[in-house]
Amino acid sequence: MTLFSRRSALRAIGLAATLLASVGVAAVSAQDRTSVKIGYAISKTGANAGGAGITTLPNYQLWVHEVNEAGGLEMPDGTRLPIEVIEYDDRSASEEVVRAVERLATQDQVDFILPPWGTGFNLAVAPLFDRFGYPQLAVSSVTDKAPEFVERWNKSFWMLGGGHDYTEALAEILTAQKEAGTINNDVAVISVADGFGIDLITAARQSFADAGINIAYDVTYPVGTTDFTPMLNEAAASGADTFVAFSYPPDTFALTQQAQVAAYNPKVLYLGVGVGFPVYAANNGDKIEGIMSLGGIDVNNQAVMDYRARHTDFIGQAPDWWGSVVTYNSLQMLEEAIKRRGLDREAVSEELSTGTFETVLGEVKLEDNQLRTLWFGGQWQDGNFVAVAPLTAKAQLRPSCPRPPGPRSKAATHPLNLMFSVSSPRRGGGRGGALDYSMQY
Amino acid sequence: MITTLITGLVLGGTYALVAMGLTLQYGISRIMNLAYGEILIFAAFAAFLLFSTLGINPILGLAIVLPVAFFFGYVIYGVMMQPLVTRSSKSGTLEVDSILATFGLLFVIQGAMLVVFGSNYTSYNFLNTGINVLGANVAANRLLAFALAVIIGATLFFVLTRTRWGTTIRAIAVNPNAAPLVGIDVTRTARFAFALGTTLAASGGVMISMYQTFNASMGVVFTMKALVIVIMGGLGNLMGALVAGLLLGVVETLVATYVDPGLTLAATYLIFLGVLLWKPAGLFGKAAGR
Repeated sequence: MTLFSRRSALRAIGLAATLLASVGVAAVSAQDRTSVKIGYAISKTGANAGGAGITTLPNYQLWVHEVNEAGGLEMPDGTRLPIEVIEYDDRSASEEVVRAVERLATQDQVDFILPPWGTGFNLAVAPLFDRFGYPQLAVSSVTDKAPEFVERWNKSFWMLGGGHDYTEALAEILTAQKEAGTINNDVAVISVADGFGIDLITAARQSFADAGINIAYDVTYPVGTTDFTPMLNEAAASGADTFVAFSYPPDTFALTQQAQVAAYNPKVLYLGVGVGFPVYAANNGDKIEGIMSLGGIDVNNQAVMDYRARHTDFIGQAPDWWGSVVTYNSLQMLEEAIKRRGLDREAVSEELSTGTFETVLGEVKLEDNQLRTLWFGGQWQDGNFVAVAPLTAKAQLRPSCPRPPGPRSKAATHPLNLMFSVSSPRRGGGRGGALDYSMQY
Repeated sequence: MITTLITGLVLGGTYALVAMGLTLQYGISRIMNLAYGEILIFAAFAAFLLFSTLGINPILGLAIVLPVAFFFGYVIYGVMMQPLVTRSSKSGTLEVDSILATFGLLFVIQGAMLVVFGSNYTSYNFLNTGINVLGANVAANRLLAFALAVIIGATLFFVLTRTRWGTTIRAIAVNPNAAPLVGIDVTRTARFAFALGTTLAASGGVMISMYQTFNASMGVVFTMKALVIVIMGGLGNLMGALVAGLLLGVVETLVATYVDPGLTLAATYLIFLGVLLWKPAGLFGKAAGR
């Protein structure tokens, strides 16, 4: 009985605190405020800093800079409030990111919280965002479970698709090339034994099986592997025309170099995270022609190319070719939702969920809190990492295979016109018709 | 099979190169330098900068980076380690003290690098061409690292075991308290060994920067690997570090080729465990005079 009464007392205190907090927030928003507080916890140091420092943080900085240059965030009544940023370094530790987000919500009482970098970290903080009522615009997280998460946390938004989306897009390309007689039916796959690699290889095994593609070589390697020569030799010996690696950036860089050294030239070379990093093109020159990976950019979309130029100007480095533009897009959505609905987080979340937005990606509307109009596969063609998948989207550029056998071959850009229809069943809602944005230039 | 062995030896060359500096610092100066990997990464950044901004190729870059590293090690020992050494002559806690001090140094160097170079992955291409060695295609830059490891390892091993100066160094490794009795300046010798270790770390960093992607937070990976090799090879024993490094490289490659790439780490630590159980002082533990 004591326990019961203590529990109910705690409940009462909790309730009182919540009410007081909401009153506090209401009081603040009613008074003359001079700024909008936006907070985030991001990996500035530690293992995740490399990824966060490319895809996420520069876009936060660019967006805040641009908004404040314009006088601040526009409110429904037309006034503008400058953004005040509260930034924490989560040191790539999940305990830290949870603590920092809790602090942003309870102590700093920020108006909005921008999400951290990485699938795991976004999942770690999702319950907190939900508990404190903040919308979570999770971009740098690839997860097939997004529909479940949306059900559990109705203010969470998932912007980068799931593993299956990417592997199905890849299987689609391979099937097309196979039917065109360019490649054989065998694929050699290696994957890093960590979150991203495990998710993707699990999805790929299924997608390849569905498409009738034979996996001739399939191994995983531990994080931190630096020498891929044995795996490349085995993959070459397997006779597969396609080599796929679900790899992290350092592995991707190493694989690219070591494949050159080993004179290993599979007809389709698909590597993981890092192919879209600016440094990748800078280091490898035209040896990257024809290499495929996740993501991609529609180079015919002027808004995206403008964004890339502004990013390069302000940050001093180009954005990556996959998640960066989506991150920036999510911030533009938030900006627009605030303009329409003010600083009421509930209303902003609802607006994000149901509204249609004009962003760098064109006209964007979320489906079941997920961004589904995405590019799932890209390929380096003539110095740009262009979007080539899904083939069903009316992209103008087509994957070009086989990739050129040696460096400096300009024969790569003859498009194989692969007109055929694909109807791949999709979980979690389906894409909803053709891509809405950006391809009609 | 020969291809696999050669690939493994070349990989092992990198490991050995990385480990040799630490074995000098830990085995002879008795400083367990946790900031070792950071110094290595710093040198890698330096080589990258020289290459990308001034167009100096990394091999010539060694001529600039190595003296700077030596000087840096010399100063660090004088400023940070000397007081600890003096204090520990009574308490005998040099290992613990140096671990704590260099743990701090780790964050200072890492922080400085984060501010200066940012957190991005860095890499550049140099000498990334295949060279055919007995039928195996080996990257020229890795082969160079292997050669450098063998040369440095063999030279220093020879110097330490065959020259009077080397005997001095080994003397302070064996018994720093008795060494002054025969007229050895312990402080100066230890300081020199520490600076030499820093130089080796820097040479490892420069070589690695040619073929491996690095970022400012990666130093600890190298420290860990080096530590495993140093303990396997025997503290302060350069030949031990060389052999242990090569052994690890060969085993990792064999396992990756014939068993499963996922088990390379397990194999590394299995060997480590085996060596520790069988020869707790390391493969060449006795040769260092312990």
